[in-house]
Amino acid sequence: MSVNINGLSVDLPSDARVSLLDLLRDHLDLPGTKVGCNQGACGACTVLADGERILSCLALAVQYEGRSVTTIEGLTVEGSLHRLQHAFIEHDGFQCGYCTPGQICSAIGMLREVQRGVPSLVTEDLSSRSIALTRDELRERMSGNLCRCGAYNGIVEAITEFAETSK
Amino acid sequence: MSIKEAAHAVMKKAVQVAPDKWMPGATPDPLIRQKHGLIGTPVSRLDGPQKVSGTARFAAEFPLERMVYAALNYSTIAKGRIRELHTAEAAAAPGVVLVMTHLNAPRMTRVPLFGSNAKAAGGDDLPIMQDERIHWNGEPIAVVLAESQEQADYAKSLIRVAYEAEPSVTTFEVAKASSEQGVFQGEPLLLEIGDAEAALAAAPHKVDVVYRTPRHNHNPIELHGATVAWDGDELIVHDASQCVTHTAWSLAQVFDIEEEQVHVTSPYVGGGFGSKTLWQYQVLAAAASRLAGRPVRIVLSREGVYRIVGGRTLTEQRVAIGAQADGRFDALIQTGVVGMGRHNNMPEPFMLPAKSAYKSGTFRLQVEAARMDMVGNTFMRAPGEAVGTFALESALDELAVNLGMDPIELRIRNEPDKDPTSGVPFSSRHIVEAYVAGAERFGWNQRNPKPGARREGEWLVGLGCATATYPYYRMPGGVARITLTNRGRATVSIAAHEMGMGTATTQTMVTADRLGLALQCVTVEYGDSHLPGVVLAGGSQQTASIGAAVTAAHDALITELLKLAGKESVLSGLDSEDVIGRDGYLCDIHKPDRRESYVSLMARIGREQITVEGTAPPPLEFTHWSMHSHGAMFCEARVSGVTGETRVTRFLGSFDCGRILNPKTAASQFRGGIVMGLGLALMEETQFDERKGRIMNPSLAEYHVPVQMDVPEIDLIWTDIPDPHAPMGAHGVGEIGITGVGAAVANAVYNATGTRVRDLPITLDKML
Ligand code: FES
Ligand code: FES
Repeated sequence: MSVNINGLSVDLPSDARVSLLDLLRDHLDLPGTKVGCNQGACGACTVLADGERILSCLALAVQYEGRSVTTIEGLTVEGSLHRLQHAFIEHDGFQCGYCTPGQICSAIGMLREVQRGVPSLVTEDLSSRSIALTRDELRERMSGNLCRCGAYNGIVEAITEFAETSK
Repeated sequence: MSIKEAAHAVMKKAVQVAPDKWMPGATPDPLIRQKHGLIGTPVSRLDGPQKVSGTARFAAEFPLERMVYAALNYSTIAKGRIRELHTAEAAAAPGVVLVMTHLNAPRMTRVPLFGSNAKAAGGDDLPIMQDERIHWNGEPIAVVLAESQEQADYAKSLIRVAYEAEPSVTTFEVAKASSEQGVFQGEPLLLEIGDAEAALAAAPHKVDVVYRTPRHNHNPIELHGATVAWDGDELIVHDASQCVTHTAWSLAQVFDIEEEQVHVTSPYVGGGFGSKTLWQYQVLAAAASRLAGRPVRIVLSREGVYRIVGGRTLTEQRVAIGAQADGRFDALIQTGVVGMGRHNNMPEPFMLPAKSAYKSGTFRLQVEAARMDMVGNTFMRAPGEAVGTFALESALDELAVNLGMDPIELRIRNEPDKDPTSGVPFSSRHIVEAYVAGAERFGWNQRNPKPGARREGEWLVGLGCATATYPYYRMPGGVARITLTNRGRATVSIAAHEMGMGTATTQTMVTADRLGLALQCVTVEYGDSHLPGVVLAGGSQQTASIGAAVTAAHDALITELLKLAGKESVLSGLDSEDVIGRDGYLCDIHKPDRRESYVSLMARIGREQITVEGTAPPPLEFTHWSMHSHGAMFCEARVSGVTGETRVTRFLGSFDCGRILNPKTAASQFRGGIVMGLGLALMEETQFDERKGRIMNPSLAEYHVPVQMDVPEIDLIWTDIPDPHAPMGAHGVGEIGITGVGAAVANAVYNATGTRVRDLPITLDKML
């Protein structure tokens, strides 16, 4: 039984109680994925499972057998930062940096959802296949990632710039 | 001894030892005049790449050989004793290495209470797991260590306890009946000038109302945690800390070892806001590690943080203002009671802003503390000012309504020309400019003073403003070391902290400018108790404390360089005040062409490196000037006529905080404070069960903090006028952002609806 983490195959733990979060942090020494609540309330533990954003604290590791998980460590390729990581630095989208890996993974998953036309609470035209990434769309969709340092404005700017230059 | 007395006691000696840069008549910091350096330019965080890539290692992320994981059990009564404690089942559970309770914990000295010594860090001074006594609902009663977190968490659920409860005080009303005079930083929180009650009674216009603010929790996203190991009698603590030196010294007292035997590191801190100090978890982890002979990783659950790390306490404040028809104050009264733990000393000093904010014929300011059986309450971002400005600045708005006067005009009419209660001059105060500029930018003239006059569909729209204020602090203890190498690189070492404020980046910029080196040639080392200095990351004082220490070290470095360079150098004959660093050279301040590069100087001296240490002079500037940061906060709020929900749609902070060193990180500090202020205004409340003394919403699901959707684009402007009496002309900017926000929102809500909420947070039920 194994799971693919950032391109490497990893054995699943024998203890079925181990969350994906604890597998990453405690067992694999990949502490880039953070923990703020362990109960799905803060978003700090967000990772990408087959490209979808999930809360790794609410995921049991064994459920991810055969799946591909990307963590913040997996976004950096050979030491060079992902463009969204650069944008976070440029727009000061963080202070302490603790919520940041979760924000970045969440943003990447969120942008795919928008591309696929998945509506949100603030989407006005539910039948439209293309959704414009307005400020409100972005804010609504990123509201599951708390930032107690209050870097919300910078986060919006970083994601917006990344999304616009990715078109 | 109060801070003032202490300051006077050292004054004489200090003046003899060294000319003090921050005394009357002294030359202001030369960096204030320098216009072409890094200061004032937006520089991205130097630790940004580590933070965005997940390679920054936080406290609970240090893997150690043979490390075990900890879990804590918490008491469920507020006061009494443990009658029975069954741990055998837990001890026998798979993977369990140790169960520690009061029955087998090592004997430990109490943690020295914060303020009892310059390096004391304790949130309270209770004995930790030394007997069967219970002092608050949530006190740790057992530690389980196991090979994995899952095993520790499971085993702790097997522990069974029976208590014998004793009468406790957990209701504010009961506690208030025997409240005591609050004492803060050695001084009673009591100030009376004239007969304020009589002046109030005689005044033709007045407000006299009571405001209430609830308990708050800091909720940094990083959970409190540490990785702890013993090496013989040496204790290593990888902590998340805003006081590494204090923690090291205090732990040394607890375990009866030398201060140097404790090594506390804290390279990254995932947010603190006043909460990342010394609490029971570090002590318990160290004690259990010693018993088990294994390194320990302890991470509190979010519930655990609420149980054992104190937050901001509740306040009940009467504000009464008596005024003439032209708005001038005859009486300013702000008095009331705050809840306080039985074994700590933090009477939330809400009266502090009123000491310096407005001119008034008479004053009566007082904070009383009502002791309760609860976890020791503590500092949280702008302790005192955050909630004190809510009451004071709401009352100003109420008075403006009574007088039919614009609230900004009312404030300007009561603008003091010197500190109204101490009588000393202000070092730097440009609050009127901040209001004028802010009003213009925000479109204040479009505000209809009549409440409820602007409706847009379902929404009632209103504008409000309030004054923000926070003192400039610099605490004693600033010491810095500078090392200059023969390749023209410098390292500053100081036991300071980076919790996201941008300190590391900003101080690198400042040092680069001071030495005249490029940013890449300067490194700042911090977050380690073995570095010099006692520098608390609190009271927004780090900028000044580090600034003054580095100034002193810089002086020592230049003096040493000039001395060692000798007669052959073109700079021969010059003193440290006669030279300035620029582009890698030391230059004659009057003839910049007369210069020699650091590399050449070091080659001439023939050393690989020079290391000097400098000690900041005692902080005596407060005895000569009243030193504060200021701001004018503007808010547009919309209140739903259907649900009563309040949304903040526009916000502007117009600040006057001395010179802004790094606009990029300072802006984030201002915004971060304002965001927390929006939480204080609209949603944050730690719910306390007054029957049991237990916190009922110990989670991020039930304690609401602002999320992305709650926060509008926050606009910022600042005066950027240097304070000539502060290092770099700068003030710390970490706390002022939260002040004034509660009132700005409440005043906007009043303007929108005509409903005055005097009881935070402004939730929908209060609007219906
Ligand atoms: S740690 Fe997973 S949502 Fe908070
Ligand atoms: S950057 Fe500190 S919590 Fe977001």
